[in-house]
Amino acid sequence: MTEQNEYPESSRVPTRVLGTPPADAPIVDSDPIHAPEGVPGVIPQDPVKARKAERLVALLFLITFLAGAGFIASYVIFQVGTIDRTATSNYTLGGTLALALLALAAGLTVWVRQIMPKYNLVQERHEMRSDDETREYVGETFLQGADESGFVKHRLLRRTLLLAAAPLGLAPLVLLKDLGPLPGTALRHTVWGAPTKDGKPRRLVVEGSGQPIRAADFNSPGGILSVVPEGYEEDLNALAKATLILLKFRPEELKSGTNLNWTHDGIVAYSKICTHVGCPAALYEQTTHHILCPCHQSTFDAADGARVVFGPAARPLPQLPIGIDEEGYLVAKSDFKVPVGPSFWERGDAEAEARENAS
Amino acid sequence: MNAPPKAISGVSTFVDDRIGAGNFLKRNLRKIFPDHWSFLLGEIALYSFIILLLTGTFLTFWFKPSMGEVTYTGNYAPLYGVRMSEAYASALHISFDVRGGLLMRQIHHWAALLFVGGMTVHMLRIFFTGAYRKPRELNWIIGILLLSLALLEGLTGYSLPDDLLSGAGLRITQGVAQSIPIVGTYVSFFLFGGEYPGHDVISRFYSIHILLIPGILLALVSAHMILMWVQKHTQMPGKNRTDKNVVGAPFYPAFMIKSGAFFLFTFGVIALLGTFAQINPIWLFGPYTPADISAGSQPDWYMGFLEGALRLMPSWEINFLDHTVTFSVLIPALVPLGLVMTGLALYPFLEQWITGDRREHHIADRPRNNPHRTAIGISGMTFYGILWLLGANDEISANFHVDLYTTTWFGRFAIFIGPAIAYWITYRMCIGLQRKDAEVLSHGVESGVIKRMPNGQYIEVHTPPAEDIAAHIRGKQEIPVLESAEDGEGIPPKGARSAIGRLRAKMSEAYGTDRVPLTDGHHEEAHEEEHAGVGAGDRKELH
Repeated sequence: MTEQNEYPESSRVPTRVLGTPPADAPIVDSDPIHAPEGVPGVIPQDPVKARKAERLVALLFLITFLAGAGFIASYVIFQVGTIDRTATSNYTLGGTLALALLALAAGLTVWVRQIMPKYNLVQERHEMRSDDETREYVGETFLQGADESGFVKHRLLRRTLLLAAAPLGLAPLVLLKDLGPLPGTALRHTVWGAPTKDGKPRRLVVEGSGQPIRAADFNSPGGILSVVPEGYEEDLNALAKATLILLKFRPEELKSGTNLNWTHDGIVAYSKICTHVGCPAALYEQTTHHILCPCHQSTFDAADGARVVFGPAARPLPQLPIGIDEEGYLVAKSDFKVPVGPSFWERGDAEAEARENAS
Repeated sequence: MNAPPKAISGVSTFVDDRIGAGNFLKRNLRKIFPDHWSFLLGEIALYSFIILLLTGTFLTFWFKPSMGEVTYTGNYAPLYGVRMSEAYASALHISFDVRGGLLMRQIHHWAALLFVGGMTVHMLRIFFTGAYRKPRELNWIIGILLLSLALLEGLTGYSLPDDLLSGAGLRITQGVAQSIPIVGTYVSFFLFGGEYPGHDVISRFYSIHILLIPGILLALVSAHMILMWVQKHTQMPGKNRTDKNVVGAPFYPAFMIKSGAFFLFTFGVIALLGTFAQINPIWLFGPYTPADISAGSQPDWYMGFLEGALRLMPSWEINFLDHTVTFSVLIPALVPLGLVMTGLALYPFLEQWITGDRREHHIADRPRNNPHRTAIGISGMTFYGILWLLGANDEISANFHVDLYTTTWFGRFAIFIGPAIAYWITYRMCIGLQRKDAEVLSHGVESGVIKRMPNGQYIEVHTPPAEDIAAHIRGKQEIPVLESAEDGEGIPPKGARSAIGRLRAKMSEAYGTDRVPLTDGHHEEAHEEEHAGVGAGDRKELH
């Protein structure tokens, strides 16, 4: 407490009002202990202003009381049930709560700023480091203790203790092993390759309705469908890899990137799972034949084997070989020839492998 | 009052008899806290955290972290009878069937946004004022840990409701995890309990979100507060303020009540937002399925820079010894986050290495007085800001009718050019502001009085600046520069002989040299004619 009032002459010190004690006099004469007199850096407020502020604070606290009571009342009065009633309940509860909190906050602020004195107190800092003597003492004590414990002298004890700790430290990691199965080749297959119960090829069905698709009915060029495998319409694990987009082209629109053997009458099926980080590539622009993933805007040319034309994806959307069954419905002729979805370390050059297998 | 009331003295005697709390209170009741608006930024984060704990606990009473399928039969009619996960159904239940549930959910979400926002601006304040300098490096590191954990806490939190939007975020997280070389597939399978999406991830994220990370956050926040308390708060430069003292208001009663009021303000504003500003209306998104997504999906704001990095990256993937390394995911996922967080964590130590400054600092720097640091900071903000902006490039494209790919291309160049331009502009602005300061000290401030001289010349009378402003300006501290000059025999000092040593000396000189030394502008008598050139005087002694 060395320094006093920072602004001795500034306007921040209240000017004296006639009939009031001087600014540096104690507010209550009968309180010699807590009177700010003689405490440098504690500048009391003008008592007249303080009394005015008190009324304002009281008003604000009263608002908090009423708003708090209103909150409880709203809870009882406004029930939830429909969207509108939930909205009413939300507005009344939140409105009263916010009002109560803000009025209380404002009241406290006026209290601090207009009733409590202005403070300009000074406290000394001390260097954080301990003094040399202390450091030396601690250092000596440490060495003494280490010697006494025998940890330094007894080598066998020291080494076997470290040895003992090693497997225990690994134990928690080992315990985490059963968090999940090992990947194996799971990422390389989808349910399109799994045989159906009656041994027939799996049908393509429309997402949502579950309707199988008759090739002859899907006949307007430019058409697009989101397609899932029959029997797995609600299996999220299967859908995360097997969802397709099905597109209908005029024969002359298809370019060399698309494998024509895997199409049926201009109908092409690509994996809907983006090869970047796996969002469904769900947007399609008919005029340019561009498939766009809404997450990171990887863009694929659907007429040209879904090759990447823009964005961060590095590989085309894999194409699924499709055909029709005896009833004319679209079916998968086999699984995808390459893994679908985002890249992974073990994936390797799956495209080259697929080409080798084909030839 | 001459004596404390019995109720208080009785209890305090009881406590003091047993744990001797009196000594602690004697030292700390009147602990001094300096005042500056920017010191309140961290408190926003602290109070948001408290609100998060309170509202989060409320939400756990009804939320069911299960991916088991149920048929929704609650009050929200449009989804009646729809198959969904129990997690999503219970989040809908909280929103529509629990009184105050929607309010608490929205307050929780808003508080989370403000929590990370408060931490970020607080961190920027610390950075730009150099408040991370010795002895506060440890608290700075704790702060960086807190910020990193808060991002993780946010990610695990917004993945819980299992609506279509939260699932999209989870899918991206999984795709990124899967792309990590060597271990990625295993990480993904262990995290999700098998193939994506599996049936485990929500219950796992739940325990991480409500127990593991909040526990660590609570411990680190406490450590953060204790260190701040022990080391005492930094103060802005001003009259009578030195590195050896702290000037301000006492903890009891002023600071205590002020802080309480600020907590209530924070809570009140978040309650207003939670009431009137709809956030994350999960009932509009529908249940998650990996087959669907809506256009314009955006993460919470603090994940925006990672989203932007993913969008900016050109496609790049290589085959390395029969294995796939997909840089188009790895680089955006790891590099910006790594650059920002590692850069921040190391900055205090790099600065110390460059300046050789081992002193304790308790007076905060005004950002202009360390132009290179400020320029580096703004440069980093620009880097972050461009990524963040480009995380919403589809919205920008749609709302401002800009071609989508143009925004991406803009970002790909801006991410390199922007920070460089920002660096240069900021540096020049700092120097300009320093010149203004020097001018105020040596010339005084314009008084608005025009005076005619005997020779007919008109001048404006300058008066000395107000005492507190002058003291604030004179609080500028020199930045030490490493000794690198050759001695009489042409031999440079030991540290500056190697290539690294020479580089270090060069950087030190650039970083620390005071381009605009303050002139000794004592205005004992008011000078009416002030025409001395700025910077003409001797360098001001700072110690």
